[in-house]
Amino acid sequence: MSENSTNGGYIARDWTRQPAAYTPGYKTTVKRSPQAALLSFPTTLSEETSPVFGHGIIGELDNDLIHNFAKPGESAIGPRIIVYGRVLDETGRPVPGALLEFWQANAGGRYRHAKEGYIAPLDPNFGGCGRMITDENGSYEFRTIQPGPYPWPNGMNDWRPAHIHFSIFGHGFAQRLITQMYFEGDPLIPLCPIARVLNDQRAIDDLTAPLDMNRTVPMDARAYKFDIVLRGRRQTYFENRKEGL
Amino acid sequence: MAQRLDYLKESASQTAGPYVHIGCMPNFSGISIYGGDLGTTMKTGPVTGQEIKITGVVHDGVGAPVRDAMIELWQADAAGLYPSANEARGNPDPNFTGFGRSPGDPVTGEFVFETVKPGRVPFRDGRLQAPHATLWIVARGINIGLHTRLYFEDETEANSEDPILTRIEHQSRVPTLLAKKTGEAQYRFDIHLQGPKETIFFDM
Ligand SMILES: [Fe+3]
Repeated sequence: MSENSTNGGYIARDWTRQPAAYTPGYKTTVKRSPQAALLSFPTTLSEETSPVFGHGIIGELDNDLIHNFAKPGESAIGPRIIVYGRVLDETGRPVPGALLEFWQANAGGRYRHAKEGYIAPLDPNFGGCGRMITDENGSYEFRTIQPGPYPWPNGMNDWRPAHIHFSIFGHGFAQRLITQMYFEGDPLIPLCPIARVLNDQRAIDDLTAPLDMNRTVPMDARAYKFDIVLRGRRQTYFENRKEGL
Repeated sequence: MAQRLDYLKESASQTAGPYVHIGCMPNFSGISIYGGDLGTTMKTGPVTGQEIKITGVVHDGVGAPVRDAMIELWQADAAGLYPSANEARGNPDPNFTGFGRSPGDPVTGEFVFETVKPGRVPFRDGRLQAPHATLWIVARGINIGLHTRLYFEDETEANSEDPILTRIEHQSRVPTLLAKKTGEAQYRFDIHLQGPKETIFFDM
């Protein structure tokens, strides 16, 4: 193995910004959270490599949730928005070629899922999923409708703020991440037991997309900006240094 | 006050929720927009090495199967090469993706991977690791994806010199990382999120 093929490995995860496994305010975590400490090791090739998803897998409408499930000539119901942003790593470098998959409820707050029990109606023209691969600058953009908030069984009256789920593949499996994007100004964010698993307000703010009137398309769609930061790689000055633990 | 270091902070994880399959395996959820779900096929043609099948169930802290999980698997090919853009050591098997995704069965919670037995991959110092696959588990009630490793119980010699397995403080927990051989080319790997049989999860 050439010594620099592992570079410096990934920077250790900052667990103060990540949620604990056991967060009883979100009740389902109580029996789904490991109790033993995680076992920490520096990354190896197994975590520094990742599957490659080519632009070839992306269909023409994969980044248009307004139309990708709609019948010809029809479109999904709800406030039309553009979500755009960049995928960066902790060192500030863009992550090109990152696969983003996103999913969300419809404008009424209902998911297209067999186990969904909310009384809000399904929109026959809305599937609720899309995907995109970042360009050479780490940028992505998609169109959708603004999802509605929805109630969920947890406390006696818990509602999720409007949100879009994101799954992200970077360049190393160590960067694998699933998170949620919230909308600036939503009064449900500070009440939400799932947002509150983060006990650092800055971490919640960093998941909250601001309205960007400059990217808004007049008479068509408002725009929200959502940047995502993945773990970064350590910079090694002595590239040929023999690496140990 | 000193100058600021210009590092960004990794975005915080949030649970994949109960509807992760809508986004990551939409065809499994009955939503046909893409040609097929990613990761359902790890072999795109004739592959090198031993073809194997891995099954298992994710259990919660009361032993019940987790039926709404999504399990991802990432591994090297039979020669120990990763089908990744940053694999610099050689050419991996072109008919092997290395990446699998499986939903839990809606009734039993069972996940399935049809793959090949991975080869050995070097550790940071060049020593060989035992054959293993990386697993990543997300579900409702899991705040940040759980990362573990699957090793093979029939790789006794490689396991006994694996740089990670040998450094685990509580050696009595090592069997939680070993897939059991249940038949010719068949392995079983049950994952326990919590409790006395809790699987070892990694921070890597
Ligand atoms: Fe949701």
